[in-house]
Amino acid sequence: MACRTCLWLLGTAFFTCTVRLVVEGTEVGAPQGSHPEPGVVGSNHSQAGGGHGSSISGIQIVTFKWHHVEAPYLIALWILVAGVSKMVVELNHSLTSVIPESALLILIGWILGGIIYGAGKMQTFTLTPTVFFFYLLPQVILDAGYFMPNKLFFSNMGAILVYAVIGTCWNAATVGLGLWGCWLGGAMGDIDIGLLQFLLFGSLIAAVDPVAVIAVFEEVHVNEVLFIMVFGESLLNDGVTVVLFNVFDAFVSLGGAEIDAVEIIKGIISFFVVAFGGSLVGIIFALLISLLTRCTKNIQIIEPGFIFILGYLSYLTAEMLSLSAILSIVFCGICCQKYINANMDECSVTTVRYVMKVFANGSETIIFVFLGISAIDPAIWVWNTGFILLTLLFIFVFRFIGVFLLTWILNKYRLVPLEFIDQVVMSYGGLRGAVAYGLVAMLDENKFKEKNLMVSTTLIVVYFTVMLQGITMKPLVTWLKVKRAAVTELTLAEKIQNRTFDHMLVAIEDISGQIGHNYMRDKWHNFEERWLCWLLMKPSARKSRDYIFNIFHQLNLKDAMSYVKEGERRGSLAFVRNETKADVDFNKKFRASFSEIMPDIMADNMGPDHVPLSSILQDIVPSVCLDMHEQDLEMRESEDFNAHHLLQQHLYRGRKQHRHRYSRSHLETNKDENEVQEIFQRTMRSRLESFKSAKMGVAPAKKIQTKHQKKDKPQKMPNGNSTDKSKNHPYGDKDLEFSEGDCGSGGEAAGDLFPMRAYGVEAGIVNPAFMAEMDPMDNMQQMQQIPHVALLPQTLNSFDP
Amino acid sequence: MGASQSAGTEHEFQDMADRTGFSLEQIGNINKRFRQLSNNEETLSREDLASIPALDNNPIRAQIINAFFDKRNLHQNETGTVQEIGFEEFLMVMTHFRPAAMGLTEEERENLRREKLRFLFNMHDTDSDGTINLEEYRRVVEELLSKAGTIGQETAKAIADAAMLEVASTTRGKMEPDEFYEGITFENFLQILNTFDIETRMHVRFLNMDTATLRCGKSK
Repeated sequence: MACRTCLWLLGTAFFTCTVRLVVEGTEVGAPQGSHPEPGVVGSNHSQAGGGHGSSISGIQIVTFKWHHVEAPYLIALWILVAGVSKMVVELNHSLTSVIPESALLILIGWILGGIIYGAGKMQTFTLTPTVFFFYLLPQVILDAGYFMPNKLFFSNMGAILVYAVIGTCWNAATVGLGLWGCWLGGAMGDIDIGLLQFLLFGSLIAAVDPVAVIAVFEEVHVNEVLFIMVFGESLLNDGVTVVLFNVFDAFVSLGGAEIDAVEIIKGIISFFVVAFGGSLVGIIFALLISLLTRCTKNIQIIEPGFIFILGYLSYLTAEMLSLSAILSIVFCGICCQKYINANMDECSVTTVRYVMKVFANGSETIIFVFLGISAIDPAIWVWNTGFILLTLLFIFVFRFIGVFLLTWILNKYRLVPLEFIDQVVMSYGGLRGAVAYGLVAMLDENKFKEKNLMVSTTLIVVYFTVMLQGITMKPLVTWLKVKRAAVTELTLAEKIQNRTFDHMLVAIEDISGQIGHNYMRDKWHNFEERWLCWLLMKPSARKSRDYIFNIFHQLNLKDAMSYVKEGERRGSLAFVRNETKADVDFNKKFRASFSEIMPDIMADNMGPDHVPLSSILQDIVPSVCLDMHEQDLEMRESEDFNAHHLLQQHLYRGRKQHRHRYSRSHLETNKDENEVQEIFQRTMRSRLESFKSAKMGVAPAKKIQTKHQKKDKPQKMPNGNSTDKSKNHPYGDKDLEFSEGDCGSGGEAAGDLFPMRAYGVEAGIVNPAFMAEMDPMDNMQQMQQIPHVALLPQTLNSFDP
Repeated sequence: MGASQSAGTEHEFQDMADRTGFSLEQIGNINKRFRQLSNNEETLSREDLASIPALDNNPIRAQIINAFFDKRNLHQNETGTVQEIGFEEFLMVMTHFRPAAMGLTEEERENLRREKLRFLFNMHDTDSDGTINLEEYRRVVEELLSKAGTIGQETAKAIADAAMLEVASTTRGKMEPDEFYEGITFENFLQILNTFDIETRMHVRFLNMDTATLRCGKSK
């Protein structure tokens, strides 16, 4: 299995290379694989017309139109390769628990890059900044914003901002100045570089990368506060990075002489504009999305699309206005999540969640694979020991210093001080990633003579942090005994207590007259409830918003689903869809199984109302009768049951496949009556045949299956004998499932016919099958007298759904 | 609000500061607030607390107000409630919400935790019998959901029952069919809330600033 996928992966890579080689061979006078332009594909696709220049002598039945499909083909192929790489990586779980996935993906990228380079002697597929910033990064950030735990994020916002802004500035300044100092001191030899370029390099290498942080921290479940600190910082520092990058880029273009106080002040102002402007754009788009989802009731099928398009537009709009695009899309996701989850239909919400995850994961995979591939390109490699090693040293050391310094200041103001261990992990978790690489690849070679050196250094830094720090993160966390995230979900009692806490704290703050955190949060909450929800939420969504109620709803759903799963596990035959509520047995059943847990809460404390808990469950599953407890135990023993089940599945499923009502907007399950009837008739016919043959003494009945008449026998079977031998399947509409499997043995068939009649007639028929010491033969003799054919119309009617 | 403190009260404050761990300024502020709420009288009654407008939105205000007058929270070993409380009692209740000081030993932390949880427990256990039985728990949930409006009483009851069931199954495990589950005892309560960071969650920041006068217009 592993070999196969590896071979497939290599095969795909080879295929790509050979295709390219073949294509280049057949091209007429096309320039060979030029420098990567916008697009993952390095080759020219403007040559579409040129390839067909050769004369056509006759009609060609099949032509090889590579140029026609080149661009989309290669893109799709690369996405496939990335996906297969991920599959390969995930094959061995013991490996992925030690080495993070991202590191393995980079490794695969190296291998692939090596193959491609070896095939074509040049690296034609690299991660270009355009592709990265426009097509790969937005999804990851939107996913981060949409799934952000808002409460946690905003309560730690102060600390996050401090780390993001001040921390990044500190990192940029110290790394830049440190490197400059060392260059002046001669540690790097002779390179054509200046102070401003060092500062620029410092600013782009200083930023903690969200993609890398997600990738590594995902597998190390640290406690949520720590996670949100690092993660929030990685997201919000984009504001600073963009500003610093642009400012220093402009400074480098201007030249050192032009910089005066005005420019510096402009730089500082631009920070505020970029950061707040970006966030504002994001919030505006979030409002748009929420308002839109409010009105999309009639087009639920494309509702999810709006989220993605508008999210992407917020990214591009901010980019267009030279504001911080990452901040924009993050805040878009953060602000709209609550409203769209409330407004949209549950199916749409599920769709958005899953598609978001697919895109984000896919992008992440592609990014890491290409980070690996991009490295295998001798053209970009410039080695300068001093520069590279010093960079590594500085980013590491200054990160630690920065974090500890800032935390020491913050702890004076925080209610919950950050512990030492957490600070260590936070410093160690300052990973650099693809964003830094994207930024450095955007540098202009003419202005930055040492661009290749910087690119090489950035790549090495990225590899160092993602691979080395990624691998050692988990052991470090375990060794330092960092507090981990809670694995189990909160119980209902805990959630209730949570709520009580919040209210209590607010009340105490009110009483004591303090303006505190909780007071602010409460005020915001009230404002939001009054105005924002009125504006942005559908009226129907507004009503069912209470937190505790939602929890209850979720719990109910979970209970119902596990109920169904349990029933199906034991054989879905046990379920009956009854028009009238079958409450008698239900109660008893429930009492029996739950009495261990809750003995007399039901009985004593109830007072006027009698069995409240079962009434709760009745509301959950209104008309399903679960008479499965007793009989399922017996069912398991019988092999006929298995055959029966098997036949049921095969027979039924085959037919289901055929009826597909194709519709782009409706996903329906097949409820075709005719199909049901047809199957029933067929099985009835076959049963008659087998019944006749059994009567001749051909096949002895293995067992008797009788139907348990609910109204007659609310308790268990009257006698132990027949209980053992009989299967009790109380049901209505799904008779046919029951009957299909019985084609096997005649005795069963006999038994089946009988109950159907009994059910249909609804009279208190004493099922002869129930009589003690039943002889199969006797049963069948009795059966003969039954006009079973006449039964058909009657029972057919009960099939109407 | 500007009530002058005689030398006698100054001494008392110092005493209280030592006992409760608040700083002098914080006690001064709380005192000012106390006087403000009680209309400069010596004691505070329920009506004084109930008249705080900001509390109207709070679903559990009745329970909170009761907590102030509950004798169990006043470090007295009696049960029942008092009608009025003085400043010292007011301060006593407030100490439950003090943040945990740095550098506490494990034992002190545990004690602090127990104290805070005891406060919470007392809030729920209205009949002071040492357990939260089903009726009391139901009332808690009902109050919590009372602001939600559309949620019916039946749902509140169902939620309370389900939560109770959960607690019973986790704390008592399998019980005999005829065993009676009386309610949540304090030990069970501790167990359930084991994962909570009580020391850090249950506190209010008592600023050294005099915010009571800052909010003059809004409160009372």
